[in-house]
Amino acid sequence: MDNDILSVEGLTVSFDGFVVLDSLDFNLAHGELRFLIGPNGAGKTTLLDLITGKTRPSRGKILFDGETDLTKLREHDLVKLGIGRKFQTPSVFASLTVYENMEVAIGFRRRLGALLRPLARSEADWIDSTLGKVGLSERAATQAGTLSHGEKQWLEIGMLLAQEPKLLLLDEPVAGMTRRERERTGTLLQAIGGDRSVLVVEHDMEFVRHFAEKVTVLHQGKVLSEGSMERVQHDPEVVRAYLGRSRRPERNGYAAVAS
Amino acid sequence: MSALLQLSRGTLVTSWAPLIVMLALLLLAPFVLSDFRLGLLGKFLTFAILALALNLIWGYAGMLSLGHGVFFGLGGYAMGMFMKLEGTGGKLPDFMFWSGLEELPFFIAPFKYAWFALPMVFILPAAVAGGLGYLVFRSRITGVYFALITQALSLIVSILFIGQQPYTGGTNGITNYSTLFGYQVFSPGTQLTLYFITVIALAVVYLVLRLVVNSRSGRIMIAMRDDENRVRFMGYDPAILKTIAFAASGGIAGIAGALFVPQVGIISPSSMGILQSIEIAVWVAVGGRGTLAGPIIGAVLVNAAKSGLSESFPVIWQFFLGGLFIGAVLLFPAGIMGLFRGELSRERFTRPLTRIRELKQQGIGGVVRQWTTTSFR
Repeated sequence: MDNDILSVEGLTVSFDGFVVLDSLDFNLAHGELRFLIGPNGAGKTTLLDLITGKTRPSRGKILFDGETDLTKLREHDLVKLGIGRKFQTPSVFASLTVYENMEVAIGFRRRLGALLRPLARSEADWIDSTLGKVGLSERAATQAGTLSHGEKQWLEIGMLLAQEPKLLLLDEPVAGMTRRERERTGTLLQAIGGDRSVLVVEHDMEFVRHFAEKVTVLHQGKVLSEGSMERVQHDPEVVRAYLGRSRRPERNGYAAVAS
Repeated sequence: MSALLQLSRGTLVTSWAPLIVMLALLLLAPFVLSDFRLGLLGKFLTFAILALALNLIWGYAGMLSLGHGVFFGLGGYAMGMFMKLEGTGGKLPDFMFWSGLEELPFFIAPFKYAWFALPMVFILPAAVAGGLGYLVFRSRITGVYFALITQALSLIVSILFIGQQPYTGGTNGITNYSTLFGYQVFSPGTQLTLYFITVIALAVVYLVLRLVVNSRSGRIMIAMRDDENRVRFMGYDPAILKTIAFAASGGIAGIAGALFVPQVGIISPSSMGILQSIEIAVWVAVGGRGTLAGPIIGAVLVNAAKSGLSESFPVIWQFFLGGLFIGAVLLFPAGIMGLFRGELSRERFTRPLTRIRELKQQGIGGVVRQWTTTSFR
């Protein structure tokens, strides 16, 4: 237990009587890169919403680092605690330049008065190195609204990295990307792992197969299976619930589930 | 003309040169204009400060307040009460006496001291804005709903001030001032001094706001305008940040009101009403939201046009103003400053025609949608 950055216990949430998460138990170890998959409506994004305080649970606890109950805190306090989240759609600040986006991203630890003063040397260095990491150094002065889809996603990942979160939550980071962009993002995700824990929600099975060590399958608000992609793929429960359909979309008409 | 083209090209417009020209023109105006025109210009400059205040929260942080007249009025009433009490030597002013009061109410008495009244010009409106702002922003009320609440505020406060005649002077407000710090208020010398003080105040407010919007806090405000939710997930509490910005904006509006009163000679509930409050938004929209020079230009030009048109077309001048606002929002969404931004190109001048074609294709629904999104962003 002490080793877990995140432990979810008996988490239940329902919207208008529809149970989205059904007393879910889930653990994520320090430094782990975990992929969360499952059919639409399995509760993946809802789980991220609960961890980041966007939605409140009906029952259950989410412990961060074995002690702090996240369900009681407000969104910005969770960020200060070390939880970063990338949303499904790229959400960068369109009117600001890439560099200014990064300035905003790292400002939250400063006191209000300090936000009126120019950037500290250390902050500028940190922005430069992070932009280098996500490959956007050349685009620093570009307005974020004019970036390509892939570049926006990387900028957002960069903004998260700059915050130095202990836990990084990514919701479909490669959706809508080209093959080459996907590969680059995957490599980026592996590189930023290490002492950081990363939880990725993903629909793109090929991407998951290629980059995942451990996969958790959610189905109807419960954990259906957990383990390596190999193991999960051959779990008969999973095949019935999800992968089976996605393998033969043409036969049973569930193409939408897999996409 | 070629000098103008030169100016609008590249970065010169955003640098210091045009500002120094503008300041020089304002400082030279007293030598050219008659006392009457100079008085008008002084009044317009207090409106320019007011427009800068609204622009801080609307143009940068994305909250359209339709209640800024209230903050302007509160600053004006604080100043008006101070001048009134100076005139009576700290005794009961005429309007209170007529309403049957026998002694100065305890919450009005301190306004006879300059050390109390002058800071209150900023503190009072800032506190009202901050208090209301915190409640509203904490509940995550944004956009049109925020605009409606502030509009309600403007209605409520102006009705309250009309109703509380013994304390506020009712519909007539506070007027009939005699002296300010011992000087005759309406002597040309005092008015000239007040004009220069207004110019200096405008310059100081401009410089402070320039510092703010060019710092990281300015970027965070723009970020809140673009996507407030995302700012929350960047570790900031938008409720606090917006409250601070709104309170500062209210305080600056109060300073504008305090400078307005001795130059115009009256503060009344009509300065706080809905019409006045909406007009401030018109100045900012015409001049250019999200720029610092825009609101100043907008406030001075619209008010000059208003006073010129009302002299030449006393019956229908309001239609020109309405047309100006509709035209600005539909054809020049970025205002006058939008015309000068970036490279000067032919496309800039043909854009209004393109916009008309677009709007024709979108039909009336498209026009309405366009209007609401550009106004309440």
